Amino acid sequence: MAALELRQVGKWYGGFEAVKSVDLAIADREFMVFVGPSGCGKTTLLRMIAGLEDITSGDFLIDGARANAVPPDKRGLAMVFQSYALYPHMTVAQNMGFALKMAGRPRAEIEAKVREAARILRLEAELGRKPRMLSGGQRQRVAIGRAIVRNPKGFLFDEPLSNLDAALRVQMRTELVKLHRSLDATMIYVTHDQIEAMTMADRIVVLNQGEVAQVGTPLDLYHRPANLFVAGFIGSPKMNFFPARVAGVANGSLSLALDGGATVALAAQGAPPAAGAALTLGVRPEHFVLAAEGPLAGSVDVVEHLGAETILYVKESRGAIIVVRTDDLAHVRPGEAVHLVPRLDRVSLFDAEGRAIADSSAT
Amino acid sequence: MSSTALAGRVVAAESLARARRRSSWLLLFPAVILLGAWAFVPLVMTLRYSFERYNLLYPERRGFAGLLNYNLLLTDPAFWTAIFNTLVLTLGVLAITIILGTLFALLLNQNFPGRGIARLMVIAPFFVLPPVAALIFKNLLFDPLNGLVGWLFKLVGLHPIAWFTTAPMIALVMIVAWEWTPFATLILLTALQSLDTDQLEAARMDGAKPLSRIIYIVLPHLARPATITIMMESIFLLSIFAEILTTTAGGPGTATTTLTYLIYIRALLDFNIGGASAAGVLAIVLANIVALFLMRAVARNIET
Repeated sequence: MAALELRQVGKWYGGFEAVKSVDLAIADREFMVFVGPSGCGKTTLLRMIAGLEDITSGDFLIDGARANAVPPDKRGLAMVFQSYALYPHMTVAQNMGFALKMAGRPRAEIEAKVREAARILRLEAELGRKPRMLSGGQRQRVAIGRAIVRNPKGFLFDEPLSNLDAALRVQMRTELVKLHRSLDATMIYVTHDQIEAMTMADRIVVLNQGEVAQVGTPLDLYHRPANLFVAGFIGSPKMNFFPARVAGVANGSLSLALDGGATVALAAQGAPPAAGAALTLGVRPEHFVLAAEGPLAGSVDVVEHLGAETILYVKESRGAIIVVRTDDLAHVRPGEAVHLVPRLDRVSLFDAEGRAIADSSAT
Repeated sequence: MSSTALAGRVVAAESLARARRRSSWLLLFPAVILLGAWAFVPLVMTLRYSFERYNLLYPERRGFAGLLNYNLLLTDPAFWTAIFNTLVLTLGVLAITIILGTLFALLLNQNFPGRGIARLMVIAPFFVLPPVAALIFKNLLFDPLNGLVGWLFKLVGLHPIAWFTTAPMIALVMIVAWEWTPFATLILLTALQSLDTDQLEAARMDGAKPLSRIIYIVLPHLARPATITIMMESIFLLSIFAEILTTTAGGPGTATTTLTYLIYIRALLDFNIGGASAAGVLAIVLANIVALFLMRAVARNIET
C-alpha cells in the first residue's frame, strides 16, 4: 500500500503550463478523486503520477521516496485507461496476465492470479474470449483485472466510466467503491463528472486551469466551497450567485445590498468585510424557501418535475435566472410570480477575488 | 371498396416492382457489357487458342489441336523452371519487402528531425518506372566495371561480380524488392499510425520493454495490413515483366524466365499463339491457387 505525495509539481508543454505547482498528499488506502472541467490538467497530473509523463518541476514521492525518475512499471501503480487499452489480439486471460508474463513469472502463478482476479470481477466465463467479443462493462472489468493481477500499491483510473451507458455507469460506480474496500489499495480516480466524484471519493481534488482549487471531503466541498469556482462546479443544478455590496456592518449583523435592489442581513462572523466592499452571495438551489414576501422576486419560467423534487427556473425582474430546488411545489405554474427567501444560515459569501469569506455559511 | 379493385391495385403494385427491376437491369447493362468485353472475351479467346494449333509463322497449319499445347508445355522443362522462378521471385520479394517495410515503418514512425524528407525518400522508388529502375540497377549499380556495388566490393577487397550472369535471380529479386518496399512501408506506416497509443502506454505500465512492446503489441497490430500488403503485392509480382526484359531477357538460359516471361517468349518471339495461350491458362490457374491461399490467410486474420 502506498502514500503518495506531490510537492510543487508542475508540467510545461513548450510554453504552456498545464499543471501549476500542485501540492497534494494522498494518504495510504485513500480513494482520491481528481475532478475538473476538460483541460484543467487532471489527466496530466494522473499521467505524471503514473510515470507516463515527465514531471517538469517539483517532486513526486511514493511512501516518502522520490520517484520522479522511476519508470512507470517500477512505481507499483497500475492504471486503467479511459479507452480501456485492452490488447485486441490477446484473450482476456492473456490481457490480464501480460504484466506478469513481462515480469517473467512462472506460468502456474500467472494462471492462479488471473483466475483469482477473474473471480473477483466475475469474468471467469470470459477468460478465453477476445476483447471485441465483450460488452462495454466486461471490457471495463478486464481493464481493472489487468490492474489487479499486478497487485499494485495503488490504482490510477483515467475517466474509466465515461464510455459506458448511464445505467452501467451507476452500477460500476458502486462496484468500484466495493472493490476499493476489498482491495484496500490507494486509488486515484480522474473524472469530469462531479456525481462520480461526490459518490465515490474519500476526498476530492478540484482542479481549475492547472491549479488545485480545493481539496476536501465531498461534503466539505459542497457546504464549504473555498472559492467561486468550486462553488459553481460542485453541485447540480449549480449554485446561484448574486453580486452584492456590503451595505452596513452592525452589532454582529452584516447587511448586503443585492444588485437587484433587495437587502439581506446575515450573521457576521470572523472579520467582517468593510462597508461598500463588493461581494458575491452564493445560494444553493435547495436553500430557498418560497414565501408570500421575500427579498427576491420573479416569475416562474420553467418547471421541471423530477418526482422526488421539482426544479424551478425563476426569472428575476432584470432577466437573471434563479434555479430553485424544492420538494413540495408541484402546484407552481410557469408564469406565476413568486418570492424567494434564501436560507441565510446556509448561504456562502465570496469576496471580490472569488475567495470564500470564512465562516459565512453554517455547516 | 370492392375486392376486384383491391386485387387490381395489388397487381399494379407488383407490375410496378417488376418494371423497376427491369429498369435497374437496363441501367446496369452497359457496365456489365463493358466488364464482360474486357474480362471475358480475352479469357475465352485465350482458352480457345490454347486448344488450337496456331503459329503465326505457319498460318496455314491452323486447326484444333486438343491437349497438344498443354502436353507440350507440361513436358517442357522450361515451363517447370518458369513456375519455380515465378515462385522464387514472388516469395523472395514478398519476404524482403515485408521485413524491410516493417523496419522502415517503425523507423519513420519515430520522431526525428527531417522525418518528412526521410519519408519522401523512402517512398520515392515507387514512382520510378520499372524499366528505368531496372536500367539504373543494371548500369549504375550492378555493372561489374562501372557499378557502385562493384566499387564497394573492391573497396573491401572482394572481387566485383557480374550480377546478371552469376546470380541473376538474386539481382532481379533485389531490383523488384527495391521497387516494392516503399509500397509495404507506406501501408504499414499508416497502419502504425492508427495504433492506439493507450495500448502502448498500458504495455509500458505492464512492464513491457521497447522490444517486447514491438513483439507483443505492434507486430500483432500489423498482421492484418501485412496480409493485405502481401495480397496486393502478389497480384503485381506474379506479372513482373519489364524488369526481366530490360536486364536479363529471361536468361542466362532460363534462369530468370518466369511464367509471364515464358508467355512473352512463346507468343512474341516464337510466334506460337497456341502454346502461349496454354501457358497463359496455366498462369491463371497458378494465380488462383496463390489467391486462394492468400484469401484464406486474410480471412483468418480478419476473423481473429
